[in-house]
Amino acid sequence: MEPSAKYLYYPGCSLKGTGIAYEESLLTTFRLLELPIKELPDWNCCGATNYMSVSETSATLLAARNLALARQTGSRDLLAPCNACYLTLRKSQELVAHYPKIAHEVEQFLEQAGLPRLDSVRVRHVLEVLYTDVGVERLRELTVRRLQGVRMASYYGCQAVRPYGEVDDPHEPTRMDQILKAVGVDVVEYNLKTKCCGGALTGTIHDVGVRLNYILLKEAMRQGAQAIVTICPLCQFNLDAYQAEIRKQTGEPIDMPIFYLTQIVGWALGGDVRELGLHRAISGKKLIEQWFTVKKEAETYV
Amino acid sequence: MERQIRYQREADLEWAHRFTQHPGCERLLSCIQCGTCSGTCPLSIYMDITPRQVIAMVREGFRDDVLKSKTIWLCASCYACSVECPQKINITDVMYRLKREAIQNNVFPKRFPIPVLAQEFCEMVRRRGRNSEFWMVFRMALRSNPAILLSMMRTGWDLWRTGRLSMRMERIQRVNELQYIPAATKEVD
Amino acid sequence: MSEQRNGHVRIGVYICHCGANIADTVDVKAVAEYAATLPGVVISREYKYMCSDPGQELIQKDIEEHAINRVVVAACSPTLHENTFRGAAERAGLNPFFVQMVNIREHDSWVHSDREAATVKAKDLVRAAVMRVYFHKPLEKRRVPIHPEVLVVGGGIAGIHAALTVANSGKRVYLVEREPTIGGHMAQYDKTFPTLDCAACILTPKMSAVRAHPNITLWTYSEVVSVDGSVGDYKVVVKRKPRYVHEDLCVGCLQCIETCVYKDSKFDDEFNLGLSKRKPIYIPFAQATPKVVVIDPDACIQLKTGKCKKSCMEACVERGAIDFAQKETYEEIHVGSIIIATGFQTFDPRRMPQYGYGKYPNVYNTLEVERLVNASGPTSGQVITRDGRVPKSVGIVLCVGSRDENTNRWCSRVCCMTSLKLAHLIKEHTGAEVYIFYIDMRAAGKGYEEFYQRVLNEGVHFIRGRVAEITDWALDPSEAGKLVARVEDTNTGFVRRIPLDMVVLAVGLEPQPDAHEVQRMFGISCSLDGFFLEKHPKLAPAPTYTDGIFIAGLCHGPKDIPDTVMQAGYAAAEAIALADTGFFELEPNTAYVVEEECSGCKTCVPLCPYQAVTFNEEKQKAFINEVLCKGCGTCVAACPSGSIKQNLFEDEEIYSEIEGVLAYA
Ligand SMILES: Cc1cc2nc3c(=O)[nH]c(=O)nc-3n(C[C@H](O)[C@H](O)[C@H](O)COP(=O)(O)OP(=O)(O)OC[C@H]3O[C@@H](n4cnc5c(N)ncnc54)[C@H](O)[C@@H]3O)c2cc1C
Ligand code: SF4
Ligand code: SF4
Ligand code: SF4
Ligand code: SF4
Ligand code: SF4
Ligand code: SF4
Repeated sequence: MEPSAKYLYYPGCSLKGTGIAYEESLLTTFRLLELPIKELPDWNCCGATNYMSVSETSATLLAARNLALARQTGSRDLLAPCNACYLTLRKSQELVAHYPKIAHEVEQFLEQAGLPRLDSVRVRHVLEVLYTDVGVERLRELTVRRLQGVRMASYYGCQAVRPYGEVDDPHEPTRMDQILKAVGVDVVEYNLKTKCCGGALTGTIHDVGVRLNYILLKEAMRQGAQAIVTICPLCQFNLDAYQAEIRKQTGEPIDMPIFYLTQIVGWALGGDVRELGLHRAISGKKLIEQWFTVKKEAETYV
Repeated sequence: MERQIRYQREADLEWAHRFTQHPGCERLLSCIQCGTCSGTCPLSIYMDITPRQVIAMVREGFRDDVLKSKTIWLCASCYACSVECPQKINITDVMYRLKREAIQNNVFPKRFPIPVLAQEFCEMVRRRGRNSEFWMVFRMALRSNPAILLSMMRTGWDLWRTGRLSMRMERIQRVNELQYIPAATKEVD
Repeated sequence: MSEQRNGHVRIGVYICHCGANIADTVDVKAVAEYAATLPGVVISREYKYMCSDPGQELIQKDIEEHAINRVVVAACSPTLHENTFRGAAERAGLNPFFVQMVNIREHDSWVHSDREAATVKAKDLVRAAVMRVYFHKPLEKRRVPIHPEVLVVGGGIAGIHAALTVANSGKRVYLVEREPTIGGHMAQYDKTFPTLDCAACILTPKMSAVRAHPNITLWTYSEVVSVDGSVGDYKVVVKRKPRYVHEDLCVGCLQCIETCVYKDSKFDDEFNLGLSKRKPIYIPFAQATPKVVVIDPDACIQLKTGKCKKSCMEACVERGAIDFAQKETYEEIHVGSIIIATGFQTFDPRRMPQYGYGKYPNVYNTLEVERLVNASGPTSGQVITRDGRVPKSVGIVLCVGSRDENTNRWCSRVCCMTSLKLAHLIKEHTGAEVYIFYIDMRAAGKGYEEFYQRVLNEGVHFIRGRVAEITDWALDPSEAGKLVARVEDTNTGFVRRIPLDMVVLAVGLEPQPDAHEVQRMFGISCSLDGFFLEKHPKLAPAPTYTDGIFIAGLCHGPKDIPDTVMQAGYAAAEAIALADTGFFELEPNTAYVVEEECSGCKTCVPLCPYQAVTFNEEKQKAFINEVLCKGCGTCVAACPSGSIKQNLFEDEEIYSEIEGVLAYA
């Protein structure tokens, strides 16, 4: 077997689709940080909240397959950038650890599928890796360019910090704020840091989902933020994709870029616009052009 | 006029007693009905019964009332209630449990798209190992409310032109391993 | 062999039914019959209530008429009735240490449901006791004399009341308070629930009485630094911190404060919780007792740099009370008993960021609002917000830091009533709409429910729901410029947003931050919540497991002033009774060194948690002070040459007990 990378990357479905810019910026950032990272071979969907709503056992088995695959590679850290993937994988570990009945089902399944038994794979979130493994100080040192005077709100969403509080404090998370400050961004006070974006609601009960996102955007504006930074593809999508609709409904001049943390960090470390997926934004394009001075490439966006 | 009274025979006490044995539901009986969960929940303002009332109804065995509620399907599993609850009750897991029971018993609100989405999603994932966002949303809309499709056009276009919409049907290589995962709707526990 | 040593052993066994408590689960008749067959047993009986007078007489009669010289009582826990049965034996002329109790209630009938198995277990336990009691020896209780002086630690209402009560009985009291004044929390309040009598009016006379009492030595700005000894003779060292002002010379004219080089008050006033400022030289409040100023070494220029004009000294030149050279001093006293009344601290609401305390200036805690409504407080009793407005709507959030698995689990007991009081006062002072957000309204106490009714009828809004968050974000124009409480009103079933000008957090009550150090220094225990542990939750709520040390007031757990005063009086009565008895009987279950066998290895010396073991250098032998020994057995087990023995736990007693319990019938 080839030597294992330190980090195994579990993309989840979104990072191959609507969240492709997250994948691009994540891989770029890790390259710039010289952290070896490799995609988990033949990973399957984590099941997200949906599967848990239909069957606890099956949802756990689905997640367990990924954990077993991870173990096969010999890497210990399974990096799940999406909040929902992160939590689903972590939750399945908790269920296996605390409920023998579920543990038994998992064991049986892995055996039937010819997969190895679960071991101490660590499920990790990007935010936590950047904060703990790399460290705020190191990021500050490695910063080669700063977004001087740009005000951003850090938005953690729900399923990373809750319920386990391993990625950051579940009530008052600050790690993303610290990282953003270190790479030169002005971080504004933001009370709705961990308020839910509604997840899939924008697709199912559209008006409710959109309203939640309107509130998140409005509060960021009130606090003087020019952009919001996220760590989850669903949060990014929800905040990014419906601004035109919100403008139409409310008449408020909301047009705000919604970034991934890895885009901002990657930029500070010297990554370029395209490899960070910055050209994939739907909202706030003017500001993005202005900040990342990409005048020439701008035409190629469409 | 519809009578609002509940006779005690309508309460399924056995179900209520069993409920605390399900994973995550162990602390249910500690609820002091303080309403922190409802106050914290970003979606409670759209719910027909509040999360606090869900807990109360579960404890009292009003099974049909909770299973039929829109509340359990509005819950976005954000865990805000669970971390704020002063009694450390895992309300989110209680909601999950109720969703599962509702689906198994086929009692969820009709034409309410969320359970439909959940089932579509699971079917796709169990068969292919991955979820193809585009196709999933498409099928979900067809089944619940085709009119939604129109309003989604714009978003779809935005995604398409930024290269974020993939119409590929994703599929893992070793799909055969998934056959050992029981069909989701068959779970009985 | 042992029969020779112990005379002819005649054992009586008594099995108690404890009403139905034991008899329902254990076949007491069968146990009694079984016991009768054991070697040495002469009489075996069962009876409905062994602890009753007729029950005890049964034992006494058997001792007198049947020459019973060993007694085994199988009943409840020895902590409840060991003394009862030892007393019965003694009255019949038998040494009380020939009695052994077996706990077949807590250890058996209460924890089992299988009658047959429980009966077998009872037999096993009885057999073990019978085999053990065979080897018991007559022992004498030792008496230690009691110093009549009493130390009271903490000068809140609990300490004040206890000190006065003891002093009034003619005994000397040392009252040690760590702040510059006595009074505690109560001194900060304006009114007290439920009668709304002015706190100062009822408290300050008692404070003056303390100061004036010929039997009370009051040491403020002082702390206990070490405690040695045991009941009857505690040696206590008290550190007196320098206040840089001689207490005996200062007359409290306050001219020094006037003339201090700081023209403006610049430093946070602790008594007003930082709601006002004071100078480096200050007096906590007008009726502070003793009425003596104090200089804050962290603020005074002279004490910080040695370079001040010292205008304060000029003002006091005649009396010469100010003395920058003052050093801390230590006093050593001997007291017979100690009353601990160190009170509480309030919960720090910063631990619940969702309520915005420390972030939004108009979020207060109840203690701060006590100062705001107080006529002699920082705003002279005007309720105005930190941004200078008279609030039109005020919300009081209950159970902040109480009844919460994430912070403190207990109910703080006084905050419901405090909130009713403050709601009434705020409404009276401002006419504002007042909202009380509660989970359960706890108003149990004399006149309390009536007060609740009164406040209900004053039109205060009672909203049943625990506030989820306080935010300054207006979602509606009507909320602009206000704080908003988001809450489920569980009465109406609505999730509501209520705009407020002022938010008051009814913070819970917690043990003092140094409670664990105090607990260790005095050798008492804490319950799980960190408050000091009483000897019995119902029947001995002021004594502790350490003889001669009593607890009173909030340091024992949340309670209001009436309950505090009652407990303080009770603790005082116990201390007085102890002093009046003049002696204390020690349990004889102490350890002793068999000198001939001691190798002088000193292993035991550092191990004793009560410093009872010393080493006699001359003899090169360890020595155990029986008065200090609590019979914990540590040294007995540790001695490598087996030369430490313990009364009531001699090897043959323990081994035969073990044999007894293991010998399956
Ligand atoms: C906001 C609020 C309002 C209240 N209102 C009312 C009311 O209206 N009516 C009512 O009945 N009850 C009320 N209470 C309850 C009341 O405050 C308590 O019952 C009472 O103060 C308890 O008195 P205490 O002497 O035990 O404690 P405290 O008042 O805390 O006094 C303890 C004293 O011990 C001192 N001390 C602490 N540690 C040491 C040490 N190591 N060495 C020396 N000294 C030490 C402290 O400095 C303090 O002076 C209220 C409580 C709060 C929080
Ligand atoms: S927050 Fe917890 S205790 Fe309060 S009502 Fe909800 S479930 Fe019950
Ligand atoms: S987990 Fe569900 S019920 Fe709880 S706060 Fe989030 S949306 Fe509401
Ligand atoms: S120190 Fe002197 S001036 Fe100051 S209050 Fe005391 S007596 Fe008056
Ligand atoms: S020495 Fe100076 S600063 Fe200190 S109290 Fe006196 S006048 Fe004030
Ligand atoms: S007294 Fe009232 S406010 Fe205080 S903790 Fe108990 S219930 Fe809550
Ligand atoms: S038995 Fe315990 S208390 Fe007594 S001397 Fe030995 S160690 Fe000290």
